[in-house]
Amino acid sequence: MTIPNMNVIDMYKTMLKIRKFETKAMNFFAEGKIPGFVHLYIGEEAVATGVCANLNDDDYITSTHRGHGHILAKGGDLKFMMAELFGRATGYGKGKGGSMHIADATKGILGANGIVGAGHNISVGAALSAQYRGTKQVCVCFFGDASTNQGTFHESLNMASLWKLPVIFICENNLYGISIHQSRHQAIKDISERAVSYNMPGITVDGNDVFAVYDAAKEAIKRAREGNGPTLIECKTYRQRGHFEGDPGTYKPAPEQEEWVKKDPIPRVEKFILNKKILNESQLKDIQQEIDIQIEDAVEFANNSPYPSLDSVIEDVYSDMKEEVRVR
Amino acid sequence: MKMTFLEAIKTGMDHEMKKNENVYILGEDVGPFGGCFGVTAGLFDKYGDKRVRDTPISEGAIVGCAVGSAATGLRPIAELMFGDFVTVAMDMIVNQAAKMRYMFGGKINLPLVIRMPIGAGVQASAQHSQSIEAWFTHVPGLKVVYPSTPEDALGLMMSSIEDDNPVIFFEHKLLYGMSTEVGDDIKPIPLGVAKVQREGTDVTVIATGKMVHNAIEASEKLAKEGISVEVIDPRTLYPLDKNTIFSSIEKTHKVLVITEEHKRGGYGGEISAMISEECFDDLDAPVVRVGALNVPMPYAPTLENVVIPNTQDIINGIKRMF
Ligand SMILES: Cc1ncc(C[n+]2csc(CCOP(=O)(O)OP(=O)(O)O)c2C)c(N)n1
Ligand SMILES: [Mg+2]
Repeated sequence: MTIPNMNVIDMYKTMLKIRKFETKAMNFFAEGKIPGFVHLYIGEEAVATGVCANLNDDDYITSTHRGHGHILAKGGDLKFMMAELFGRATGYGKGKGGSMHIADATKGILGANGIVGAGHNISVGAALSAQYRGTKQVCVCFFGDASTNQGTFHESLNMASLWKLPVIFICENNLYGISIHQSRHQAIKDISERAVSYNMPGITVDGNDVFAVYDAAKEAIKRAREGNGPTLIECKTYRQRGHFEGDPGTYKPAPEQEEWVKKDPIPRVEKFILNKKILNESQLKDIQQEIDIQIEDAVEFANNSPYPSLDSVIEDVYSDMKEEVRVR
Repeated sequence: MKMTFLEAIKTGMDHEMKKNENVYILGEDVGPFGGCFGVTAGLFDKYGDKRVRDTPISEGAIVGCAVGSAATGLRPIAELMFGDFVTVAMDMIVNQAAKMRYMFGGKINLPLVIRMPIGAGVQASAQHSQSIEAWFTHVPGLKVVYPSTPEDALGLMMSSIEDDNPVIFFEHKLLYGMSTEVGDDIKPIPLGVAKVQREGTDVTVIATGKMVHNAIEASEKLAKEGISVEVIDPRTLYPLDKNTIFSSIEKTHKVLVITEEHKRGGYGGEISAMISEECFDDLDAPVVRVGALNVPMPYAPTLENVVIPNTQDIINGIKRMF
């Protein structure tokens, strides 16, 4: 499939945006400016980018603990994301959620998630809703290799296939669940094989090749929109950082790490853009600068944002009432 | 010798593994990685992959495997990475482990331990910070243990492993690094025996987990104001040592119950109801309960601080009774 130049440039921008946002988050975490858990997507940007480039604003996604990339690719706002990581009142969750719980209902982002395997089931519900209401919306479910050992994965694939629901299951096989290599958590290599049990197409693609991901997702999304049911796409990729910031990742063999860093998806796109003369070096620089500015703006926005008022802690538990404040 | 809370739990497991080759550990990343909090570090090297087993991310299967192997002669210790993830394994605990012995007419033993790190204070927000004691104290058939010091963690871990019933073993993540003296004579501490952490005469504070330390801090502050506080740590939530609690109340006539759970429906409510029911004549004031606000745990440190009960809340609660 040939991809229009416009889309190539857009995808490059998205990948870079994710990389630069997370590099900032990484540094802020190291400085102690961001507390809690931060799971980085560095090295895996091509997956979310290639998939989401095919989605409409009103399509849905479910995400994981490693959600920054999914959210940005689906149109999440850098400012509100950075503010949430900073625990500010202007953040997506008003400082109540943090990195692992960012959602944006206006963009169909049904939330990052702290529970491994929870998104599988939720995506089925969103797809059922689209089918029920007779819209042409689809839901993309992003999840990791190790999450496919939860019962929810199997339950969801079965139900989605049985009811021909418009779900696209995107497995990000980054070879690890925390410290456990894939060969130590399941007896198969290609997770796409599991599609056979549920009578849906299952394919494996190079998850560090944004165009391969784009093409595969395009077809699966079309299939889902036309009412022909779900597809399982396995994207082979690699997490370049530790499981979360603070994990040195010593269980990853150095040669493996080096091999995958060589396959980093972003330089690959840059090379493609230059080779195909879609843009020249200086135009690429301009894009990089443009994104740097966006990131700086987001940091400034977050820094200048107020902390949540202490009263706000009892708000948002219910739609129609506030919790009692503790009597001190 | 001095030992951290984390080392104490490990030492308790190690002792039992040495004694009985049917004791084994299973859970996510518990092997060479040593567990998410490092509690099992070193045990893999010592006992190998047969007895320290890394599992896939499948909590239902982890606990189910513990149940099935306990029913057939082994003594599993299952680690859940965070207590919050137990929701995925709830059927195996509530409908299976807790009820099997009863349904089968007492003809089966289920010697298993499920370890769960719980509690807030590390900005891990709503799905990684909960205090979930009441989910389990409500279920007949389970024993529930919640130590507050390294020494207790060690001895209670040994007893939990030696127990022939399913035991839920809670560990507050903020206590892992706490280091105190542990007697050289390592031995099990029986389940169902409370510990008076500090003696006093004016008011009884019943505290669990990390809140025991807040209660001790409150008692030190109040001592300066002339209020003498007795701090009791039940150590096991079930079986519950009523005697120690009741004899303290006979002396002080006032009680405050402090737990880190959401106040609504927490186990602290059960303890205070029990006291009102059974010690009414000894009470000079209604039982005061202190707990977390009834909201999911927020992420921002400023908000989290408001939700978690603290030492000042205990002091204020006590003063309300005078
Ligand atoms: C139910 C549940 N179990 C365990 C965890 C702890 N945990 C968080 S991420 C993770 C590994 C997930 O691996 P994978 O699905 O491959 O995603 P990746 O981190 O590689 O992106 C684990 C075990 C959790 N958050 N929820
Ligand atoms: Mg993975």
